[in-house]
Amino acid sequence: MTLFFENARLIDPAANTETTGNLLVRDGLIREVGLTEVPEGARVIDCSGLCLAPGIVDLGVKIGEPGERHMESFRSASLAAAAGGVTTIIARPDTAPAIDTPESLEFATKRAAEQPVRIRHMAALTKGRAGREMTEIGFLLDAGAVAFTDAGHVATDAKVLSRAFTYARALEALVICHPQEPGLSHGAAVTSGKFAALRGLPGVSPMAERMGLDRDLALAEMTGVRYHADQITSARSLPALERAKAAGLDVTAGVSIHHLTLNELDVGDYRTFFKLTPPLRAESDRLAAIEAVGSGLIDVICSMHTPADEESKRLPFEQAAAGAVALETLLPAAMRLYHGGHLTLNQLFRALSLNPAKRLGLPQGRLEAGSPADLVLFDPDRPFVLDRFKLHSKSKNTPFDGARMQGKVLATFVGGVQVYSDNKEQ
Amino acid sequence: MAFRARHLLGIEHLAPEEILTVLDLADRYVDLNRRTVKRTDALEGMTQINMFFENSTRTQSSFELAGKRLGADVMNMAMQNSSVKKGETLIDTALTLNAMHPDLLVVRHGASGAVDLLAQKVNCAVVNAGDGKHEHPTQALLDALTIRRAKGRLHGLTVAICGDVSHSRVARSNMLLLGKMENHVRLIGPPTLMPSGFGEFGVDIYEDMRAGLKGADVVMMLRLQKERMDGGFIPSEREYFHRYGLDAEKLGFAAPDAIVMHPGPMNRGVEIDGTIADDITRSVIQEQVEMGVAVRMAVMDLLAQNLRAERGRAATENLARGTFV
Repeated sequence: MTLFFENARLIDPAANTETTGNLLVRDGLIREVGLTEVPEGARVIDCSGLCLAPGIVDLGVKIGEPGERHMESFRSASLAAAAGGVTTIIARPDTAPAIDTPESLEFATKRAAEQPVRIRHMAALTKGRAGREMTEIGFLLDAGAVAFTDAGHVATDAKVLSRAFTYARALEALVICHPQEPGLSHGAAVTSGKFAALRGLPGVSPMAERMGLDRDLALAEMTGVRYHADQITSARSLPALERAKAAGLDVTAGVSIHHLTLNELDVGDYRTFFKLTPPLRAESDRLAAIEAVGSGLIDVICSMHTPADEESKRLPFEQAAAGAVALETLLPAAMRLYHGGHLTLNQLFRALSLNPAKRLGLPQGRLEAGSPADLVLFDPDRPFVLDRFKLHSKSKNTPFDGARMQGKVLATFVGGVQVYSDNKEQ
Repeated sequence: MAFRARHLLGIEHLAPEEILTVLDLADRYVDLNRRTVKRTDALEGMTQINMFFENSTRTQSSFELAGKRLGADVMNMAMQNSSVKKGETLIDTALTLNAMHPDLLVVRHGASGAVDLLAQKVNCAVVNAGDGKHEHPTQALLDALTIRRAKGRLHGLTVAICGDVSHSRVARSNMLLLGKMENHVRLIGPPTLMPSGFGEFGVDIYEDMRAGLKGADVVMMLRLQKERMDGGFIPSEREYFHRYGLDAEKLGFAAPDAIVMHPGPMNRGVEIDGTIADDITRSVIQEQVEMGVAVRMAVMDLLAQNLRAERGRAATENLARGTFV
C-alpha cells in the first residue's frame, strides 16, 4: 500500500521544520519527504495545505483492563485515540489488579492486540503498586514493559524506592514517578490558596510536588536511574528540575494537557470533572509550565487520560473521583496553546510525539524516511463545540464539555493504515 | 431591590440589597415572635423538609420552629440513620425526596459543595444549613441582624472573627457578608487554623489576639472542635485558651462597647471564658439564637414568594400555550 500525501504542511519536530510539501508512505514506513512525482498506483491524499505531523505518543493512559472495563476498554480507548491523533498509547499499570507480573502483562498485551492504534504497556514498579517490594523488572522488560511506574501511588519508603531504582538502573529500565509528598497532599481536593479557602475545600500546597520531586531527584542522583516525572505542574518544581538536568542526571518530566490549558478557578461551583491529580494550579503555575514546555525543560505533554464513570463523579467534590479523559481532546486542547501564541506547532509535537518516543526508545515521533508512518492530519483552525457524549471513550468525564475548541483531527494513520477519518462520521 | 435568589446556598452570590431585604423582613418577624400568637400563613400548605446529614440540635430546631411559625408542614429527616447508610448516593436521596414534592429543602451536609450539588437536582427551594467548611448563610444573616440591632448599623464596623477560621463555614459566610456590607473584618487565630489565601479577601489577619482585638466593635468567637485540640493543630486546650480564649483581659483591648458573639455551642474555658459569655452587658449570644428563628423565617418566606412567582409564571405560560398540566 502506497500513500502519497500531497500539499501538506509538514510538521517535523526532529528537524524543527515546518514546510509545505509531499510525503510518501509505503509498507508502513515513511519513504520520502518532499518528492514531487506521484508514484504509480499510489493513493493520493490531498492535504490542501493542512497539517501533517507525527502521531502522538501518549505517555500515561489509564485503560480499565483488567478490572474496570465498564469505564474504558482497549477497544474504546483505541477508537478515542485514533480520533484524537494519538497513534501510540502508553498504558498505565494502575488497573485492578495492577499490571505487576509478567503474566498480567501478557494478559494485557493480548487484550490490547489488534487495535487500530499501537498500545505499549508500562508495568508497576512495586508489587500491587504498594511501595513495599519491587516487581520482576527483568521479566517484565522481557515481556515488553516500556517503563515502570506506580502511577498515582507514591512510595513512602525511600529504602524500597532506592533499591528499585538501583535494580532498574542495572537493566536500563525507565522509571516514572508521580512527584508528590503524600503526607502533605493527603485528603486534598484542590490546590491551597484563595480559591480553596473560598470553596471550603481541603487544599494542598504546590510545595508537596516540589518535595516529592526533590526526593526523587536525590534518589535518581544516588542510583543513576533513568527517571521521568509524570507531571510537573508547579512553578516551584521547575528550578529543581533544571538543576538536575544541568547536573547531567538522566531525568525528564511531563505535564498533562489539562494543567497547560486550565487553572484552579475552572473548578467553579464544585465541578467535579475538573478534579484532577495533582489538582489544577494557579494561573501563574500554568504559564510557567507552558514556558517550560517551550524551553524544553518539561519534555512531554500527555493526556493523563483517566476514565471515571458518572457515579464516581456525581458526588460532593471531596468525595468525587479525580481524573479526566483526554485522548480525544489532547490535540484540540493543545491547539489552544498554538492559537494563544504560547507554543509553535513544532514545540507542541516535540512534546507530544518526538520526546515521549525518544524517551521510551520508540522509532515513532519523526517525519523522516524510514520512520513508521504513524501520522495525524489535522486542521489547526477548524472550530467545533465539544459534546462529551460524542466522545469514543466509554467514560465521558471531560472538563471540555461544551467548550469551544479550535483544531480538529481529520485523519489518523498507524503504520501507513488509515485508522480514523473525520469524513466518515459526517 | 427585592430578594431574587431561587435558593440560599451561600452569601457569596447575594447582593447587599438582598441581604438588607432579608434583614428588614427578619426585623418584622422578631416582633411577631415576641407576641403570644406567633403564627402567620406565609408558608401555609407548603412542605418543608429538614435534611441534616450532620448532627445539629440548635440549627435544626431553629429551622423547624421557623417553618412551623410560617404555617408550613415540617418534616425532619435524621439522615445519619437513613438509606445513606445503605449506600444511597446524595443525588438519589435528593431525587427520592424531590418526588414527594417538597417546597423547601433545608440541608446540612459534611462535604463542601454538597448542598450546591443537591440543589441542581431538585425543583424546590433549597436552603443551605451548613455545608462542610464552605458556607452557613443563615448564621451569617442572623449574626448581621444581631449586629445591626445592637450597633444600630451594619457598615463601617470593625469585626474581629477569632479562633478556628480554617474549619469554619461560619467564618467564611460572615467574612463574605460583612465584607459586602463594607465593614473591616479581622481574622484572628493560630496560623495552623488559618487557611492560606484568606489574606487575599481584603481582610486583615492577626496571630496575636490582643493586637487583633484592638478597637474592635464586634468580637465574634468561633467554636473549636474537640477533635482538633489534641496536638494536630494546636498543642493543647489550655495553651489555646491562654493565647486565644476570650477573657476579660483580652476583651479589654476591644472597644469599650464591643459586643461578644458566638455561634454556639460554646466550649466554656476553651475559646471563651464563662463569665464573658454570661455577661449580658457584653454578650449577645442569646439574642443570636432569637434572631436565628426570625432570619430563617424571613429567608424561607422570601424563597417561598419566589417559588410561587416562578410556578405562577410557568402556569401562565402553560395556559397561554393551551396546555394544562
